[in-house]
Amino acid sequence: MSRVSAWVTYLQVAPLTLVFLLFLVVPIATIVVVSFFDYNTTQIIPAFLLQNYEELLTSPVTWRTYLQTIEFAVITWALTLVIGFTVAYFLAFHVRSATWQTVLFLVCTIPFWTSNVIRMISWIPFLGRNGLANMTLLQLGLIDQPLEFLLFSDFAVVLAYVHLYTLFMVVPIFNSMMRIDRSLLEAARDAGASGWQTLWNVIVPLSKPGIAIGSIFVVTIVMGDFVTVRLMSGGQTASVGLMMMNAMSLLQYPAAAANAVVLLLLVLFTVAAMMRLVDIRKEL
Amino acid sequence: MSRRRGPAFWGLAAFFGLFVLFLYGPTLTILVLSFQGPSGGLTFPMNGVSLHWFGNLFEKQMVGDFAGSLRRSMILGIGAMLVTVVASFMAGLAFRTRFRGSTTVFYLAIASLIVPSILISLGIGLLFRVLGWEAAWYSSAFGAHLTWTLPFGLLIMFAVFNRFDRRYEEAARDLGATSWQTIRHVVIPILLPSLIGVGLFGFTLSYDEFSRSLYTSGTFNTLPLEIYGMTTNVTTPVLYALGTVTTGVSFLVIGIALVSVIVLRRRRERHGSDAGKAA
Repeated sequence: MSRVSAWVTYLQVAPLTLVFLLFLVVPIATIVVVSFFDYNTTQIIPAFLLQNYEELLTSPVTWRTYLQTIEFAVITWALTLVIGFTVAYFLAFHVRSATWQTVLFLVCTIPFWTSNVIRMISWIPFLGRNGLANMTLLQLGLIDQPLEFLLFSDFAVVLAYVHLYTLFMVVPIFNSMMRIDRSLLEAARDAGASGWQTLWNVIVPLSKPGIAIGSIFVVTIVMGDFVTVRLMSGGQTASVGLMMMNAMSLLQYPAAAANAVVLLLLVLFTVAAMMRLVDIRKEL
Repeated sequence: MSRRRGPAFWGLAAFFGLFVLFLYGPTLTILVLSFQGPSGGLTFPMNGVSLHWFGNLFEKQMVGDFAGSLRRSMILGIGAMLVTVVASFMAGLAFRTRFRGSTTVFYLAIASLIVPSILISLGIGLLFRVLGWEAAWYSSAFGAHLTWTLPFGLLIMFAVFNRFDRRYEEAARDLGATSWQTIRHVVIPILLPSLIGVGLFGFTLSYDEFSRSLYTSGTFNTLPLEIYGMTTNVTTPVLYALGTVTTGVSFLVIGIALVSVIVLRRRRERHGSDAGKAA
């Protein structure tokens, strides 16, 4: 590379890098620094204390909340994986015309470009006490009183997660499946594999990169979430994100920052474990 | 795969149909319910049909500042769209050659995607507080949104450039084009549909962003923050009217993007070859 073209390259990548430095690296560094600060009811005081971490990690509430969040993440991951894989499999291997494939794929992705908050709200007329689900079940005589657990419950939280984030699984898994050489399937069949055997021994292993990318998305989003838990549980369930929000609203910034650092470490650890399965850069 | 469609196909097709119903059903319900009569409630039955709640939306005292927050979110979305398209395209060009630090920049982009949104929101909020700056929707929130839209833009550009045939550029250069002319008259026209796609991501992801706006938008709310505020204190179908309008804007933008891509494709098919048309 000549010296001039090297300069051009750096200029080309500069705006993007600058944004990441200013709005990702510096803010995260700020969180880490502030997590060691002292604070009182009105202000934060520069210091180097481990007290924020001590208080956080010795509180049973913290552990319960983290466990609850991890539980949500695992349940959501399992559900979105099964549903997302099935949908992607149908699109990639059972829809034969390329036009239909594109159209149906778009149908699956369009909700991604609309508002999450609105999509959560839209469950109210379905799940509410007088909602469609209860009315239908009552009319069919399956229940004699409205079910209370449908809205504002852990059930509603998981339902909303699956509703919002399954497409984060569909897209990368579909992408992986479309790269599978179709002659491999033929070879499997010629060698006498049944449909299930082909699925399990050929398609699933070759879809692993997509599965890993989808899993990273879903798990990290659920672990950092607070809006869905807040709206769909009606304030009855805790999450790590909500815990931070509460600390923020009490102006306990260093406490929120310490919690943020712990969450960040947990997320990075989880992602690092998943990344071992896949080289993301090769997948594009 | 057999030529004839077996039970597996119909089973999966039914599953897919249910999935689509699950995706769109709730949104369609609030679309219908937003036309609820003036005395109607948050659930069925419909008490008549009216535009009452849409009118309600624009009366300032009823629901805070809907018009203002919509305007702010639109400006923010357009700004994010422009920056995302330009910065991702430039970075995509840069990443075609290996340069020192390219791995670091790549991992920064990945980190930007996987670090939970609330941490970015919190971090930028704290940073501005520590520095004594005022957080505002057009500064801190704008930056926060870019940390979400840029990685998507960059990853799409990677995928696009991986499939881009460099011989077009070589041909242009052989014909004496400067590098700027090559980009302006060869690369950009070929990649235009993808750039529209990146723009779609840039606008919609910013327009709908909630978590990253929370501690970064300062005094004035963006639209998602306004909607979130309403969920806690509004118990009338005006909430659904707001949902319908917001989703309508999203669909309008998606529609414009899709139609332009299709039009571009068609035009390219018609004018694909310019053999023998030398002026």
